[in-house]
Amino acid sequence: MTTTITEMPTAGYGAALWRGLKSFALLRESWVGMLGAFLVVFWVLVAILAPLLAPFDPNSSIQPFAKPGMEAIKGGGTFWLGTDHIGRDILSRIIWGSRTVLIYAPLATISAYTLGILMGLAAGYRGGWVDDVLSRIADIILSFPVLVLYIIIIATIGASGFNIIIAITFASSPGIMRIVRGLVLDLRNRDYVAAAQTRGESDWRVMLVEILPNARGPLIVDACLRLGYVIITIGVLGFLGLGLPPPDPDWGGMVNETRQMAMAFPHMTLFPCIAISSLILGFNLLADGLREISLRD
Amino acid sequence: MNDDQAPVLVCKDLCISYYTRAGEIPAVVDFSLTVKPGETIGIVGESGCGKSTVAMAIMQHMGANGGIKSGSITFKGRDLTQLSEQELRHIRGSEIAMIYQEPFASLNPSLKISTQLIEVPLAHEDISKEEARQRAVQMLGNVKLPDPERLMDSYPHQLSGGQQQRVVIAMGLLSNPSLLLLDEPTTALDVTVEAGIVKLVADISKKYGTSQIYISHNLGLILETCDRVFVMYSGEVVEEGTIDSLFTWPKHPYTHGLFACIPLPTADKNAAPLKPIRGQLPLPFERPQGCYYHPRCDHFKPGLCDVDHFKMEHVEDSAPDHRVRCLRYKEIDHSKKASDDEVKEVLELGKRVLNVDGMKKYYEVRDSSLKALISGKRVRYVKANEELNFTAREGETVAIVGESGCGKSTFAKVLMGLEKGTEGEVRHKGKDISDIAVRDRSAKQISSLQMVFQNPFDTLNPSHSIGGQISRVIRKFGVETDKKKVFNRVMKLLDTVKLPRDFYFRKPRQLSGGQKQRVGIARAFAGNPSMVIADEPVSALDVSVAAAVTELLMDIQRKHRTTLLFISHDLSVVRYLSDRIVVMYLGHILERGTTEQIFAPPYHPYTEALLSAVPIADPEVTKREIVLEGNLPSAMNPPKGCPFCTRCHRRIGEICDNELPPEQAVADRHIIKCHIPLETLKKVAPVIHVPDEAERLHARQSQ
Repeated sequence: MTTTITEMPTAGYGAALWRGLKSFALLRESWVGMLGAFLVVFWVLVAILAPLLAPFDPNSSIQPFAKPGMEAIKGGGTFWLGTDHIGRDILSRIIWGSRTVLIYAPLATISAYTLGILMGLAAGYRGGWVDDVLSRIADIILSFPVLVLYIIIIATIGASGFNIIIAITFASSPGIMRIVRGLVLDLRNRDYVAAAQTRGESDWRVMLVEILPNARGPLIVDACLRLGYVIITIGVLGFLGLGLPPPDPDWGGMVNETRQMAMAFPHMTLFPCIAISSLILGFNLLADGLREISLRD
Repeated sequence: MNDDQAPVLVCKDLCISYYTRAGEIPAVVDFSLTVKPGETIGIVGESGCGKSTVAMAIMQHMGANGGIKSGSITFKGRDLTQLSEQELRHIRGSEIAMIYQEPFASLNPSLKISTQLIEVPLAHEDISKEEARQRAVQMLGNVKLPDPERLMDSYPHQLSGGQQQRVVIAMGLLSNPSLLLLDEPTTALDVTVEAGIVKLVADISKKYGTSQIYISHNLGLILETCDRVFVMYSGEVVEEGTIDSLFTWPKHPYTHGLFACIPLPTADKNAAPLKPIRGQLPLPFERPQGCYYHPRCDHFKPGLCDVDHFKMEHVEDSAPDHRVRCLRYKEIDHSKKASDDEVKEVLELGKRVLNVDGMKKYYEVRDSSLKALISGKRVRYVKANEELNFTAREGETVAIVGESGCGKSTFAKVLMGLEKGTEGEVRHKGKDISDIAVRDRSAKQISSLQMVFQNPFDTLNPSHSIGGQISRVIRKFGVETDKKKVFNRVMKLLDTVKLPRDFYFRKPRQLSGGQKQRVGIARAFAGNPSMVIADEPVSALDVSVAAAVTELLMDIQRKHRTTLLFISHDLSVVRYLSDRIVVMYLGHILERGTTEQIFAPPYHPYTEALLSAVPIADPEVTKREIVLEGNLPSAMNPPKGCPFCTRCHRRIGEICDNELPPEQAVADRHIIKCHIPLETLKKVAPVIHVPDEAERLHARQSQ
């Protein structure tokens, strides 16, 4: 405590990153969170290392209706999880399919959050007619059944990765806006916000620098949960044929294409379903762990 | 009180610990206490000293991780630590009752008062519902609540804070307990309301013969309510004695330190400043060797105080139950110290910097109900400020005093530009700023007016480092722009507020309340303001910390010749530090003048009541007792005439109800807003009588 500092420290981004990692290390104390983090990290690694891990080309037909563990007739190698009805290796498709999910789900979530946070900040901080207009718009969007909303949007603008992001942003940002608005309504009455106002800070600075960082706890937890929902959504869209256009591997699409054969060849639908569930479970457990930690601090 | 009677409660060598993940935390050590029938015991100490833990232990309600390590608690001959949960449940609420700090948290908001009150006797006694109800109504009358029948049918939110606390006290007394525990029962209430509750508490033991344990951080309140006092420090009692012996001849250096921190009527910001206790309360697992207080003690002797832990000792030549935990109490001469006290220079006042002229602030409330639509009264006004007039000079400290809801914070908001004034002018350095929002003010105007906030846990942004928050102010106001110079200025500011320099990198959660408030002060002074508004800056802090922060604020003020607008409800702090006082009530200024003028007759009747309500921790100071009846009227629907007429104890008649009183000038810049002629007001006797040295000496010799 007696150290006298006279020199300006050169604290860079390295220190900030280190602090971030350290707070993440707190997760060790929650086994639920650790399990979730393990599942998520597993799938992230799978997605990154897809070209090295996948034993076959995911889009080429090799040998239709192969059972799990069967040896391939031509070229050698084993279909660890079998092949689908047109002879594509399911393991390879799941491995490559993880890329679809892990690229579009976070992108869609980030995009939904950006819009939701901006709207929530404006509605909560400004209040008045801004709040009225934004809240009513949110009410209208939230009054539609989500699935109907997705079908309408995708059917209108077409099925593509980018359009999935747009559809998810449109449908989930009102929910995020409500959470943010509620947090802001509480935080904007704090003295430090008044202090910022009395030194004449601009509204956006007060919202983004003074208020938003203090709402991060509940938002991070919600983001983890929502990432899980978005993964379900992408799966559902794929299942409905509104996901990525074929032949790119997509877990939801894989279930859809093979569901008529599910009675005779359950492995074709089972393994993609397990993949989806494990990733969602991972995010949900991670959210639980983060909440546990945030409550403790 | 009867000495022969068997004691109600005996705590013997009590040690209480909490068990956490970090290990065992000894919260209270070696605590002994005897409560006789009808006696009121006071426990004082700063937060974290273990006073609430003692109360919880007596209730045997320690939570999952607390436990009594050794010692016994004997209540009417039965050891509470040995009883089963069933037996304890029978004792709690019927023989021992507890009253907590926040009345609104003690009452169930979704049940009627009647339901909550009747429950108590029904649960413990075999009586009919009708009888229980009658008893409840009677008890509500006994705690001086008006119209008990109507109150029985109300919900808690329909009552004011003071009324709620009276209901809670009534609930505690309903089953006629032998012991009542009061844990800071008035801390959440306004001063005038507090005065009423304190009087009630003092009457209870006389009327019902109930023994009480009164826990408080306020020595003045203890003096007014208790027979004996226990002073606690870091989990142990350091001094105990009767009110007379302990307040007149305090022996322990910590007790002395506490008294030196309280702005008693004899303290003066220039001639006899407060002497804060240095350092901080040690954490329970970091307690030092020997006497726990030695690192902060001025009379510390190495090799004696820091060796062994020692027991309480009876004070020689004093009352039989005056005991102290100090090895050197006989050698320490507390009277000698007065000579080498530092005397601070008196600040010369400069020209006028603030001129408030007829400032009004009304809030519009839109009523969209059908009834309002039909009657056409769609817009109503909350009159937060009515015709404020006062001035402040450079280097002057002006205090705005009033209870919650009097409009003092609204005024601060208008001054800072967070709200716009409805009418009138607020001229700061000659320029009217009342209707310029903060975003439209020039950087110079903004930086010259800064604010220190009330709540230390709210004043700093928990997400940013201390250094970042102070340097933002410096850069925002363009005091310095160069990165290195900004940093150096933050370092200098940290030195000024007496914080270590490595706090630059700390986050607010790593700081204590007092430290946060110092950072808040550093932040306010970072832009070289000419005027600082301090909104109750010390009311949430412990006495020793509050004294340090108050002194700091004034030292910086002296150095920078800053005008200080000090908003407070605490008249003893205000008397100590301000040059001029503005007394507000329901948006009106009822009296304004210099501190001497306010504290001497003629008084406005409200000022008189406020003065009487402030507890003073000096047994030789005598006060005239004025207890205000009723509640603060709503600002939506204020009285037509004088705002104070509904509670005034000197009401003269119809004129008070119907006409706004005139401003009567007693002297230059001393105004009283009242219908009572000045001649009559001048004849009023002083509320507080402070004996001079000769009288004090005489009083002590005759004892």
